[in-house]
Amino acid sequence: MTTKPGLPLLLAIAVISASALAYEVLLMRLFSIIQWHHFAYMIISLALLGYGVSGVFLALNRERFSRSFHWAIMTNLLLFSFSAPACFLLAQQIPFNPAEILWTPVQFLYLCSIYLILTLPFFFAANVIGLSFYQFKGQVSAIYAADLSGAGLGSVGVILLLFLMFPEKILIVLVLSGIFAALIVSAYAFRGQHIDTSNWTVACIVIGLVLVFAPTGWLTLNISPYKSQSKLLLIPGTKVIDQFSSPLGLISVVKSEVTPLRYAPGLSLNATTEPPEQLAVFTDADNMTAITRYNGNPDTVSYLDQTTSALPYHLRQHADILILGAGTGSDILRANSHAIKHIDAVELNPQVIELVKEKYADFAGHLYSSADIKLYVDEARGFVATSKQTYDLINISLLDAFGASAGLYSMAENYLYTGEALQDYLQHLGPGGYLSITRWIKIPPRDETKLLATVIDVLKMAKVEQPGQRIIMIRSWQTSTLIVKNGVISSDEIKRLKQFCNERSFDPVYYPGISAREVNRFTIQSQPYLYEAATALLGNQSKAFIDDYKFNIEPATDNQPYFFHFFKWRTLPEIFSLWDSGGIFLMESGYLLLIAALLQAIAASLLLIALPLRLWKNRLGITNLSGTDLHLPEGRQAGKPDVKAESGSHLRVLVYFFCLGLAFLFIEIAFIQKFILILHHPLYAITVVLSTFLLTAGAGSYFSEKLTRSPLKPAIMLPVAVISLLGILYSLGFESIAGFLLETGYLSRYIFSILLIAPLGFCMGMPFPMGLAKISQTAPALIPWIWGINGCASVISAILATLIAIQFGFTVLIFLAISLYCLAAWFFPDSGPAR
Amino acid sequence: MRRIKHIVFWLIVIGIILLLFSSHVIAEDIFQRQRHELVNIIKDDVVRTRAFLNQESLDERVLDAIGKVPRHEFVPADQRPYAYDNRPLPIGYGQTISQPYIVAIMTDLLKPKKTDRVLEIGTGSGYQAAILAELVDNVYTIEIVKELAAKAAENLKRTGYDTVHARTGDGYYGWETAAPFDGIIVTAVASHIPPPLIKQLKPNGRMIIPVGGQFMMQYLTLVIKDSDNKVSTRQILPVRFVPLTGKH
Repeated sequence: MTTKPGLPLLLAIAVISASALAYEVLLMRLFSIIQWHHFAYMIISLALLGYGVSGVFLALNRERFSRSFHWAIMTNLLLFSFSAPACFLLAQQIPFNPAEILWTPVQFLYLCSIYLILTLPFFFAANVIGLSFYQFKGQVSAIYAADLSGAGLGSVGVILLLFLMFPEKILIVLVLSGIFAALIVSAYAFRGQHIDTSNWTVACIVIGLVLVFAPTGWLTLNISPYKSQSKLLLIPGTKVIDQFSSPLGLISVVKSEVTPLRYAPGLSLNATTEPPEQLAVFTDADNMTAITRYNGNPDTVSYLDQTTSALPYHLRQHADILILGAGTGSDILRANSHAIKHIDAVELNPQVIELVKEKYADFAGHLYSSADIKLYVDEARGFVATSKQTYDLINISLLDAFGASAGLYSMAENYLYTGEALQDYLQHLGPGGYLSITRWIKIPPRDETKLLATVIDVLKMAKVEQPGQRIIMIRSWQTSTLIVKNGVISSDEIKRLKQFCNERSFDPVYYPGISAREVNRFTIQSQPYLYEAATALLGNQSKAFIDDYKFNIEPATDNQPYFFHFFKWRTLPEIFSLWDSGGIFLMESGYLLLIAALLQAIAASLLLIALPLRLWKNRLGITNLSGTDLHLPEGRQAGKPDVKAESGSHLRVLVYFFCLGLAFLFIEIAFIQKFILILHHPLYAITVVLSTFLLTAGAGSYFSEKLTRSPLKPAIMLPVAVISLLGILYSLGFESIAGFLLETGYLSRYIFSILLIAPLGFCMGMPFPMGLAKISQTAPALIPWIWGINGCASVISAILATLIAIQFGFTVLIFLAISLYCLAAWFFPDSGPAR
Repeated sequence: MRRIKHIVFWLIVIGIILLLFSSHVIAEDIFQRQRHELVNIIKDDVVRTRAFLNQESLDERVLDAIGKVPRHEFVPADQRPYAYDNRPLPIGYGQTISQPYIVAIMTDLLKPKKTDRVLEIGTGSGYQAAILAELVDNVYTIEIVKELAAKAAENLKRTGYDTVHARTGDGYYGWETAAPFDGIIVTAVASHIPPPLIKQLKPNGRMIIPVGGQFMMQYLTLVIKDSDNKVSTRQILPVRFVPLTGKH
């Protein structure tokens, strides 16, 4: 048996780790396109249990595979490489429809089959790493270092690839990388032996070339027929005329040649005009917006004046405005038609800007090239945080954060509508300026009520004496617009507001001095929900109102940035009782899906960790444990089983590695979120923070060998102490760090962030290989099982971290992670006397 | 002996024929019973939601129509066993046939009279048009997806609702030659209510629009044009749910 893994093997491990991480990100992208993002999250997080399955599989077959180690590694590399596209293609053939899941039980079966199919590639990738751990017991730190560094590079690589290629085509890159890794292993394993590998090498190269140059029609995405793009494409004369892809989403431009497209959300019922010719723009086959034909004549887009978002332009004339989330330009078109002198427009996705500015510039009337408009590719919140300018109007219309629009998870963090964000926006208003936020109507209202609660909270905190004097809200049958003024609303403004509403049959929800008779006249709801909410929230009992409301409308904060988390447990029984009469839509299912995913992950983990422990103790190598000295109590003879000690020691191993699995991701997820606020662009922030963590953890793992060899027994305490210290320091001093970094330039912000994360990541890479190194000396048979524990803990950790952050915030999450590290240190498998 | 064989042969043949007929009759009988049960379920739900619907019960004629129209004839073969479950069912092309409870409420909200002229935008499988045909003299329906329109026409013909005027095409401009209408149902949700449709609504006419996803209808928007041609809307939650508890 080889005792040291050669560099080629470490390289192969790095390649497979990079590919597995890339595959994970890629599946997320692909499922967000063909399905919906929250299910994408659930499917992929559970497919990662392939790591757990691999642990058990290797634990039971470790000797067999160890004997033909290189063959086993090469087989698994190739199996990963081909199963990655095959399993995705198979999974997308399953007619799973998330919207039907509450009505049709068979959908659960479909969902489970997708889990199982997608588990396979991760299982093969995990086999490569797990088996290498077992084979090179004395060198676990080098293998873990290769694994983490590979994953770090994979996280950057896949984002770069997503900029260059369509996501489905990246599946071919993964096939090639698997083949490449297998070739490296074969060259290394059979060198100097009389085995002719030339045929096999040629075969690999030919397959690779065929994949690169053959037509890729077989890689077509099977988009759900229930997505809005699929539905539009059923209309005769419609076709996709352009498609662009980036990590931010797949953008499709659809033209309808026979039936004109008419996208005018929130249009007044009194409107008599129609939108001019439009092109539909979809992100991830959903979230439709439109590019509107514009010839410079504002009359042709007068329909835009028939929506609630037009209100601020009718209250007074503006000179400088800021549009957050410019998208395909309808807000700019509206501002333009009101002859605004200077417009700053912020849009996250450069491809959307390019569409309007370059590709369809003639169609859009060169709207984005106008001298009055300054375009910024940036994230809305981040732009405001660093801007020094003040505006007459800051406009946010029907904008959701990156997570929602890019097809990530619906329970994703959203920093656009937190208390701190609204505070930021208000600080950028000039005297008498407006902040205007438009949202879709929901019945009964949730986000609109939460927004009201947040705005009122912010005004109260800013010691505004009468917050009610600064707020206006109106609604149509489809949208509502909330305006907060930097100053007291005048009687003239109220007069204009009334006229605006009357002409368009919009209902005033709130303005200073409104009476109950004025609300709920045009679009009649069974109760004037929003008016009641506004008056209650402005009154003395706002806290009681928030507590009594059946949805969670507690203002979101940067520490708990879950604006779209409306779920309250106590409402669940009532909603369940309304199931038959179609009331199930009231269930804010995002949160429940998280809980469901967590329960599934726990059940699967118990099955994978505990069941083998009970059924195949001998085969797992656990009885050996008592024969070795992992936990040999004094006075006990080696070789004689001691049931108590035996169960105690494997429990100790389990606790140690499980705690590490949980804690690593807790910290990683919490810091990714914290740094998004500093680095602005969520995509780059996630990539930079994640890859820094993984790469430095890889370095830490490599270095940990030195600590393992150290004669000092409590060596584990060193990294744990540093993690705890840095964790506490960063989380308590985060506001000062952010304040300092936001003052610096773009590049230095990134460099400083990397420098801050690096030492933390470095130390976080140590405990796992240190524990594993100890086990490899005392009970090496346990290594694959431990690998499985780590896999299961990681899956549970990712879901649990979100749930904890929703409930208690990121600071608590970090402190919890530190406690878990300390607990792990306590359970370090080192406390028994050495042999 | 030969004669006995002959008699036995014919008895078997007649038996099989009878069996085939009776199975059809039995199946129809089962569907009839399921429809009856469905109507009772809808009645119970309406009682629970009466405060929100502003009425104690639905128009008996609407419930009779639900009890009469064979929903199983309007769903794909693989969905037939669930035809009388109170839930939406997929009909292909990313479309669904609405939950019967919602169909009942939407139809009731139109307050259909026998002599009315009703327009439906989005025929789907034709089920809603068939229900309307049971209640009013003139039903007009437009579907933009060719395949769905063809299937719906076939369903309506087979079930005897051939008085329904069906057309394939864009519903945005309504049905100019048949306008004005006493009622309009827009089941294919657009980003806004097309102004031409509001124009084609008679004074005192009503338009109903379900808002939400295919399997998750969220609320109903009822557009009412008064005798002075002034338009107002009502947003109706089809279930009894008050977001606020306590006194504020």
